Amino acid sequence: MNRRMILHTVGRLLQIEAILLLLPLLTALLYAEWNGAAAFLATIAIAAGIGTLFTLIGKNRDRTMFAREGFIIVALAWIFMSAIGALPFVFSREIPSFIDAFFETVSGFTTTGASILTDVEAMSHGLLFWRSFTHWVGGMGVLVFIMAIFPSESGRSIHIMRAEMPGPIVGKIVPKLRDTAKILYLMYVAMTAVLVVLLLFGGMSLFESVIHAFGTAGTGGFGVRADSIGSYSPYIQWVITVFMLLFGINFNLYYLILIGRVRSALKSSELWCYLGIVGLSVTAVSFNIASLCETAAESVRSAAFQVSSIITTTGYATADFNAWPSFSKTLLVLLMFVGACSGSTGGGLKISRIMLLFKAIRRDVKRMLHPRSVSVVKLEGKAVDESIILGSTVYFAVYVVIFFVILLLLSLEPFDFESIFTATAACFNNIGPGLGAVGPTASFAAFSAPAKLLLSAAMLLGRLEIFPLLVAFSPSTWTKK
Amino acid sequence: MKIILVGCGKIGTTIVESLVAEGHDIVAIDSDPALLAEITNIYDVMGICGNGADSDILLEADVSKAELLIAVTGSDELNMLSCFIARRLGAQNTIARIRNPEYNDKSLGFLRKELELSMSINPDLLAAHELFNILKFPSALKIETFSRRNLEMVELRLKPDSVLDGVKLNELRDKYRAKVLICCVKRGDQVFIPDGNFTLRSDDRIGITASPTEIHKFLRGLGLLQKQARSVMLLGGSRTARYLAEMLIGIGCHVKIVEQDERVATELCEALPDAVIIHGDGARQELLLEEGLRSLDAFVSLTNMDEENILTSIFASSQNVPKVIAKVNRDELGAMAEKLGLDTLVSPKRIMADVLVSYARALQNSLGSSVETLYKLMEGDAEALEFKVKADPRLTNVPLKELSLKPGTLIAGIIRDRKTIIPGGNDVILPDDRVVIVAAGQRFSDLSDILR
Repeated sequence: MNRRMILHTVGRLLQIEAILLLLPLLTALLYAEWNGAAAFLATIAIAAGIGTLFTLIGKNRDRTMFAREGFIIVALAWIFMSAIGALPFVFSREIPSFIDAFFETVSGFTTTGASILTDVEAMSHGLLFWRSFTHWVGGMGVLVFIMAIFPSESGRSIHIMRAEMPGPIVGKIVPKLRDTAKILYLMYVAMTAVLVVLLLFGGMSLFESVIHAFGTAGTGGFGVRADSIGSYSPYIQWVITVFMLLFGINFNLYYLILIGRVRSALKSSELWCYLGIVGLSVTAVSFNIASLCETAAESVRSAAFQVSSIITTTGYATADFNAWPSFSKTLLVLLMFVGACSGSTGGGLKISRIMLLFKAIRRDVKRMLHPRSVSVVKLEGKAVDESIILGSTVYFAVYVVIFFVILLLLSLEPFDFESIFTATAACFNNIGPGLGAVGPTASFAAFSAPAKLLLSAAMLLGRLEIFPLLVAFSPSTWTKK
Repeated sequence: MKIILVGCGKIGTTIVESLVAEGHDIVAIDSDPALLAEITNIYDVMGICGNGADSDILLEADVSKAELLIAVTGSDELNMLSCFIARRLGAQNTIARIRNPEYNDKSLGFLRKELELSMSINPDLLAAHELFNILKFPSALKIETFSRRNLEMVELRLKPDSVLDGVKLNELRDKYRAKVLICCVKRGDQVFIPDGNFTLRSDDRIGITASPTEIHKFLRGLGLLQKQARSVMLLGGSRTARYLAEMLIGIGCHVKIVEQDERVATELCEALPDAVIIHGDGARQELLLEEGLRSLDAFVSLTNMDEENILTSIFASSQNVPKVIAKVNRDELGAMAEKLGLDTLVSPKRIMADVLVSYARALQNSLGSSVETLYKLMEGDAEALEFKVKADPRLTNVPLKELSLKPGTLIAGIIRDRKTIIPGGNDVILPDDRVVIVAAGQRFSDLSDILR
C-alpha cells in the first residue's frame, strides 16, 4: 500500500482547509469579532502546519494508487478535516467541549445539520459562517474540489472520486477527471449564487442569504434561527423548497442540459421516480395535515417544504412535524431512508439504488416462477452489470446491519424509542432533525459524549457510503500479508 | 484534442496509454464492460459500453465534436463501418486498423477514398517494415529515417569492450572525423541529451543522427559495422513474417520460415515460392540446429507467444547468431527480456501507438511549423521530431548558439535542399528547411515550443 501517497493527499487537503478557513476569518473581521478571528487564525496555523508536515513526509515519486488507497484517503481525509474544523469552536469557547465541536463539524461536513447548540442565535457571525460553509464544502466533496484545482497526479484518481461521490455508479461527464470536477464545481457555485440572489430578493440580509444558500446547496440544514426557516416569508420558504429539490437531482443531468441535450436529461428515470415520490408524498401529507393548518395553501407549502427537506436530506423545517399526525411522521421517516438522487449533494440510500433493488427483486421473483427465464436489469435504458446489482444489494445489507448496530448502542441513552430510532436515522442518512427528543425544535445536546461520537461516526458512514471507513478501519488493510 | 477510440483490447490499451500521456481528451468505446472498467480505472478516460459502429453510441460519445476517431477492434469490417458512420456524423478525421491482406492490396486506396479515412493502419505491415529496416542495417537496435532518407537516426548499444568507452563527445568528431551527432544517451533508466563534455560509458544505449553515408563511415571506422543480413530465419508464419519475407526476398535474401501448423506452412509455400518453408516446432533446439541456425546472419522470432519468442531468441544468441530479433508484445516482458540480454525487440502495438501519437501531434498544430514525423527513441523515453520550418523571427536566421533552448532539447539535424547539415553553433535555420529535434521529458507540437 502506498502510505506516503495517502499521507501526502491528506496533507494537501489540510492545506486546502487552511485556505478555506480564510473566508470565515474574513467574516469575523468584518463583524469585528476579535475572539472568533483569533480562533480562526490559530486554526489556520495548525491546519497549514500539519498539512505541510504531511505533504513533506509524504513526498514520493511513486504515485500509483488503487481502489484501496482511494478508500483510505477519503476516510482519513474526512476524519482529519473534521477534527481540525472543530478547533475554531473550541478556541473561541463558543462550544467549549471538543467532542461537541467535533460533532458539530462532522455534522457540517457530512451535510447532516444535526446540532448540539441549544441557542443558535447567540453564536458569533464568523462561527455561524464556518458552520454553514462546511455544508457547502462537504456537499460536493472536498477531494473532488482538490481534483478540480490541482493537476491530476495520476490517472487513477478516479478511485478517490468514486469513494467520495455517493451513488451506485459514479461516472465522468467529460473524459478528463479534472475537467469533470471543475464542471461539477462550476455548476454548484452558479446554482448557489442564483439562490443567494433569490433569497436577497425575498428581503433576507446578505449574511443570512449566504448561510441559507450554503445549507441548501450542500443539503445540510444549519441555519441562524432557533425555528430554522419557520419565521421567514412564504416566498423564501418556496425558494428554498425548490432549490432543495434541485440540489437533490443528479448533477450530470444539469450538464446534459447545459450542453443542449435536454431531451436525454429529461429521459432520466431516476429523475421522474424522484419527482414522483416527492409529488405523491406532498399530496398525501397536505391532506393529512390539512386540519392543523389555517389555509389549504399553508398546508401545501408546509407539506412541500418538509417533504423536500427530508427526502433531499437537508433538514430545514418550517413546522414542528413532531406535532403532526402519525401517518405524516411515518412517511417522513420512510423518506429519510430513501434519500436523494445519486450524483447529487443529498444523502440516504439514493433513488437509483432503491430502483435497482426493486428491479432486482422483481427479476428474482420472476425467476422463481420461470426458473429458466433470462432477464436483464436495466437502469436508464441500459443493462446494468451483474456486479453493480450485487454491489447494491450488499450495500443495502451492510447499511441495514450498521444501522441496527448504531441503533442498539444508542439505545443505552435515556430516551424513548422514537427519539433513538429517528436520531440514528437522521444522522446515518445525513438529515439532521428527527422526531421526539431530537425533533426540529430540539437539539442533540442532551446526548452523552460517547453517544455524540457514535453519532459522528454514523454521519461519516452515511456521507461516505460506509465502505471507505469500513476499509480504512479493517485490520487486514494495515497488516502486511 | 478530443479523440474517440473504438476497441480497448491490447492495442487499444497501449494507444490509450500513449494518447493520455499526450494530454488528449479520450472517450473509449468497447462492448466488453470488464475491459472498459479496467481501462477507466487505470487511465483518465471516459468509457462507453456498446458497439462502436452504432450511431447512438457514437452520438453519446459526442462524435460530432471529435477531431479524431480511431477504430482498432479485432474486426476490420467493424473498424471501417465505425469510421464511416463517425465521418458521416461529423468526426473530422478517422483512422481504421485494417489488417486483412485481402483489403490491403489495390482495394485499399479505394476503401480509403470511399470511406473518407484519413489513414488506415496495418500493424503487421508496420512491424514488418521496422524489422526490414533493422535487418538491412543490423548494427542498429532501431533505425528511423527522416526526410526521405536524407537523415537517419540509429540506436546502438555500446558493448563492454567498446572503443567508445570513456570517450568525451568533444573528442569524438576530431578523432573519427565523422560528421555525426550523438543526440541522446540512455544509461540505466535515465535518458540524457548530452553536451560536448558528456563521457560515454560501455553499456550505454546511444542515438546517432547523420546522413546514411556518414553513419556507415563512422561505424566502419569504429569497426562496428555489420553487413546487411543475407540469410535470415523467421520463426512462425504470421502475417508479419509473410510481409517481411516478401521484402527480404525482394532484396535477394535467403529466407527460411519455420511454422508449426502444416496448413499455414502449405499456404506460405504457395505464397512465397522463393522461401524455404520448414514444417516443425521452432521451439525444438534440435530442429533449429539441423536447419543451420549457426550459419545464419539473422534470426527473427515472430510467433504469437512472447515467451516462446524470448526463449528461442536467447537460444539463438547463445549459438552466436549475429543478429537476433524477438517480437515481444507485452511491455513488462520486454523489459525482462532486455535484462536477459536480448537487445533488439520489436513490439507491433508500440509501433502502432507511436504512429498514432505522431498523427495526433501533427493534427494538433496545422498552422505553425508542424510535426512531420515523430519517432519514439530510447524505448519511449525520448522523441525525435521532424518539423518543416516556416518563417519565424525568433527562430529563423538566428545562429543556433544564440537560441536559448529548453533543457533536454537538441537540434539534431537540418536538411536543406536534400543536403544534411549536422548543426554547429554558427549554423542557422532558414525557412523551408526541415529540422530534426531530439527531446527528452517534454512534448512539442510546434517548432517554436523548443524555445525557452
